[in-house]
Amino acid sequence: MMKINTPKKKRVLRELEKRAPKLVETGKKTLILQGLKTSNVLNSVLKEIYHLKRDSAVRYTRKNDNIRPFESGGETSLEFFSQKTDCSIFVYGNTSKKRPDNIIIGRTYNHQIYDLVEVGVENFKPMESFKYDKKLAPQVGSKPFITFAGEGFESIDELKHLKEVLLDLFRGEVVESLSLVGLDRVYVITAVSSDRVFLTHCAVRLKKSGSVVPRIELVEVGPSMDLVVRRHRLPNESLRKEAMRISTDGLKKKIKNVVGDSIQGKVGKIYMPDQKIGEMALPNKAKGVKRERREAKIKHSEHAAKKKKEDAAD
Amino acid sequence: MEAENQIQVDLGHLLAFDPYHHFASPPKSREELVTECLRAGTKLVQAITDGLFNLSATEAIEGPLVKLPKPTTRLPREKHLPRPKPPTKWEMFAKSKGIQKRKKNKVLWDEQTDSWKRSYGYDRVNDDADVPIIEAKMTDEPGSDPFAKRKEEKKKRVEKTEKNRLQNLKQAAKVGALPSHVQLAATALPITGTQAAPKKITKDELGNVAGLAATATASGGKFDKKVAGEKAVKHQGKHRKFLPAAEGSGMGNREKEQTDKVLSKLMARNSHEILNVGKAVSMYNVKKQRDGRNQKGRSSFDSSSKLKPNGKPMKGDKKSPYQKSRKGGSHGGGASRKGKAD
Repeated sequence: MMKINTPKKKRVLRELEKRAPKLVETGKKTLILQGLKTSNVLNSVLKEIYHLKRDSAVRYTRKNDNIRPFESGGETSLEFFSQKTDCSIFVYGNTSKKRPDNIIIGRTYNHQIYDLVEVGVENFKPMESFKYDKKLAPQVGSKPFITFAGEGFESIDELKHLKEVLLDLFRGEVVESLSLVGLDRVYVITAVSSDRVFLTHCAVRLKKSGSVVPRIELVEVGPSMDLVVRRHRLPNESLRKEAMRISTDGLKKKIKNVVGDSIQGKVGKIYMPDQKIGEMALPNKAKGVKRERREAKIKHSEHAAKKKKEDAAD
Repeated sequence: MEAENQIQVDLGHLLAFDPYHHFASPPKSREELVTECLRAGTKLVQAITDGLFNLSATEAIEGPLVKLPKPTTRLPREKHLPRPKPPTKWEMFAKSKGIQKRKKNKVLWDEQTDSWKRSYGYDRVNDDADVPIIEAKMTDEPGSDPFAKRKEEKKKRVEKTEKNRLQNLKQAAKVGALPSHVQLAATALPITGTQAAPKKITKDELGNVAGLAATATASGGKFDKKVAGEKAVKHQGKHRKFLPAAEGSGMGNREKEQTDKVLSKLMARNSHEILNVGKAVSMYNVKKQRDGRNQKGRSSFDSSSKLKPNGKPMKGDKKSPYQKSRKGGSHGGGASRKGKAD
């Protein structure tokens, strides 16, 4: 025996439809949470990341004990939270003697852990410590520029992975059209050495230049930190293949069986499919035809009645 | 000097990547590092804006609006691709018969009330239940209520549609394409394996159910409020007897008997000797005595215990099993044992 459960409120229905899988995805929500022990630095790092991603992030402020993403059993809590808040990127901060100021950035696919990168934060400078003209401050939710510089991002495995994860973390909503007025921030990420990356958040000033394209000036506004890559886990091949699938619906459809030139015009070839005459429905039996016949009869009788009247009148 | 076209720009993500950037000399101070990185960043952002401002822009209220091209870097999805819904039973039937969908109006003109009424739902046109008089046909049997019959038919129709809807949803769930707002909940356990009919509960079993529930309470259901007519809780299983709290320490001391019994069982289980030497020795002695006496002159006094009126063995025969004879020589722990004199 099965019962069909549908939501009784329209609001719940709308929420469920927002969480349903879509053909084209419009940006991932981020979950920011912490472990049993966090330092001051880590607290402010998590806070600033939350502020940078204000509209599309959820922050959990309580300590969580049983989260160990790199161990096989320690991911169940994360998967549960991901399901509950519909977040597919998480930033988990924890401090220990062996790994001070540790951040694990991970992604999920279908609410299951997809991949993980563990970085340590050093030389962190919070947003408040930067002095700049307040008019330049970037707006919350604006789409940022993201720049990577350094040959390490191509040659070293961990940095390549980190690049992909940071791109996913910092890109804003996926939009089709963009207003050029609203470009005001950039994340500058540079590979300093084989395991160290310098990340900073700057505001963009568009200055008048001779041509249509403005001249760019960067002003450091936001948090800046050094990320030291510690561990990482790549997704397994089958999961990666499934997650990277693109639907073929939106792709350009090739026009086949059409040739043409300016003299002939457009010439097409038509292939007739097998007309299964034996299996076709007989038209006499179709209900629709019956109705049309009935209507036609009525019309005919009206017409005949009219004619009679006219004859009689004549 | 790196050529401009070696910077990889992805306009769809507003991303720029310079794979040829390296520090000419390792930066000596923090400020140098920062300025060098900002310089590289400025170059990259300039490359992006070059591409961006060269796209065709439409004018909007706030300013120019550009249509971003598709991003070139592929990122993993967060959820699977939406799966196509399997066609419902009606859709398959309509396809096979060639039935096309017709556009229906939501409101129709009602002749009787001269107003526009909706075609389905509350207060609809041509409602089956609103008809005041149903004329009897020749085929109708007298005594049957046509209104009730109409209601019955409608109920059956509704049940059928619900069943079909459930079947369609189950088919979709099998493929994994259940609509996001629908959940199928099982109200009864599925019948696995053989098609066993659900067990019918007898009156006795039903009466025992309250007893089963009572075992969950700490006092075994003794003080539970009972409904009028409910019998007392039947205690199933072992009935335990408990020793009285206060008892003398004489012959009939049940607690002493209990502990003695336990001790004797343990000792017997753990003693490795197959032969009870003490008992064997005393039996031998008694037999010798008896034989001696028999030789002297058979008398009824010395007959074996079996012929005695009570059948009790002679006093000296039975030795306590836990007493190890001194002759037997226990395994070295005889010092602490106090044995009865032989």
